[in-house]
Amino acid sequence: MSVKQISIFVENRPGAMHEMTNVLAENKIDMRALSLAETEGFGIVRIIVDDAYEATTVLKEAGYINKLTPVVVVAIPDEAGGLNRVLQIFTDNNINVDYMYAILGGKSINEAFMIFKVDDPKKAESVLRAKGIRLVQQEEMSSL
Amino acid sequence: MERYYQPEIECASREEIIAIQNEKLVEQVKHVWENVPYYRKKMEEKGVTPDDVKSIDDLHKLPFLSKTDLRDAYPYGLLGVPLEDCVRIHSTSGTTGKRVVAFYTQGDIDMWEECCARAITAAGGSKEDVCQISYGFGLFTGGAGLNGGSHKVGCLTIPMSSGNTERQIMFIQDLNATILCCTPSYAAYLGETMKEMGLSPEDIPLKAGIFGAEAWSEEMRRDIEKTLGIKAFDIYGLTELSGPGVSFECSAQKGMHINEDHFIAEIIDPDTGEVLPDGTQGELVFTAIDKKAFPMIRYRTKDICVLTREKCSCGRTHVRMAKPRGRSDDMLIIRGVNVFPSQIETVLMNNGYPANYQIIVDRVNNNDTFEVRVEMTSEMFTDNVGEIMERQKQLVDGLKSMLGIKAKVKLVAPKSIERSEGKAVRVIDKRKI
Repeated sequence: MSVKQISIFVENRPGAMHEMTNVLAENKIDMRALSLAETEGFGIVRIIVDDAYEATTVLKEAGYINKLTPVVVVAIPDEAGGLNRVLQIFTDNNINVDYMYAILGGKSINEAFMIFKVDDPKKAESVLRAKGIRLVQQEEMSSL
Repeated sequence: MERYYQPEIECASREEIIAIQNEKLVEQVKHVWENVPYYRKKMEEKGVTPDDVKSIDDLHKLPFLSKTDLRDAYPYGLLGVPLEDCVRIHSTSGTTGKRVVAFYTQGDIDMWEECCARAITAAGGSKEDVCQISYGFGLFTGGAGLNGGSHKVGCLTIPMSSGNTERQIMFIQDLNATILCCTPSYAAYLGETMKEMGLSPEDIPLKAGIFGAEAWSEEMRRDIEKTLGIKAFDIYGLTELSGPGVSFECSAQKGMHINEDHFIAEIIDPDTGEVLPDGTQGELVFTAIDKKAFPMIRYRTKDICVLTREKCSCGRTHVRMAKPRGRSDDMLIIRGVNVFPSQIETVLMNNGYPANYQIIVDRVNNNDTFEVRVEMTSEMFTDNVGEIMERQKQLVDGLKSMLGIKAKVKLVAPKSIERSEGKAVRVIDKRKI
């Protein structure tokens, strides 16, 4: 089960990001992870929240164009070579990483959570699981 | 010492000029009545016949022509001579229904080039000069008009056309060009490039420039004069009336002398059509009194300006027009190129964008900036930055191929472009002229 990430179109100008987070704050939406891809003219804000359905609804109502994107969240032991091991599996299985970003692990301080946007999330999950890598599910992200 | 190309006409007495205008106008009205059914019909609707026009005092009786007429009569409806007597066409860059195609007989071209020759001579040009024409050549009238005028003056003419800035500078330096003809924004760009190349005004042989085809400020003039070490002269014209050279500036640099032996100028109230006295601001209207192939009678330019008959220190007696204050038309001139919002709309639609857009034009360091803002839609949005950028690039390319100039495309949030009631505010022109 991949995790639902919300991608939001935001203009690249002072205050634009704040206006968007304001919508989330007003609706008591709790962010679990955030990453921003910026260009000269606009940005795409990628967030994982406690309630994806609620978040997309309020964002849409506020006029924000957004899309749900499935991402793979992997719990990586906080030790040397942890990330390398996961990427090795992707390489071996010819899985392309479009982008990735990290957050610190939730309850366990021994793990980092790496969020991967890959070309084939289903395949990625099954090969990771086969190698005994712990995957983080939507529920776990929501309850962080 | 002021130079004149045709002193007997350029410095003729008021009476002489009026006599020329009276004679030519009567003949022109007859010519149009007999050969242009489209205009004859307009005259008949107004109950005017050639017999009613005996002198320029009767000019106000004649009906106006506007851009709409040009569009309705496109392409041959306003032709005044058989096609076999025409030798050339020129056209504005509009690829929409607003395109103007103007026809010329050899006589029309001679007249036009003569007007340009007067402008070049007024800028100090003579047969000892080397004149570089950096206006575009082709359908655009800029290149052809000044090129012909330069030949008539006897200058060594460099038919450079626009673009390839480094080569432009090389020719100016290697061939000792003394006069430069181009759009003011291109002149500013050339100056900037020369500066970057480490050239000072003393390294540049230019002494004068004739710049037109777009609005420019007095401030910009001083700037260009300083960076290029020249005296900069304004020139005005419209494809409908031949091209550049309808009026031109003299050494006094206080308004442009209208070639009154070819063009009669009037200022009207744009709302009522009533003729206004000299010195009053209003819409400029021209009657071309000896152009045969494409005879324009009382053509409304939509340019807002003022005429003055005050004596000019240069010795010329022809009426002067101030720099037009702006066009009531929707056409934009950006970097010397005609741009219609409707063209931009077409490109947006063809690329799957909504018609919610805004054009922002500004002038930064004497160069026009041109930005098209388009609203993002759910259909177009994806999580992939590369894909959005690719679409953006396709739009930039589409606009470039439609307009001939590059626009910056900015994707903005939905509903962020202000909706107005009635006519949309499509254009925000921040250029201070």
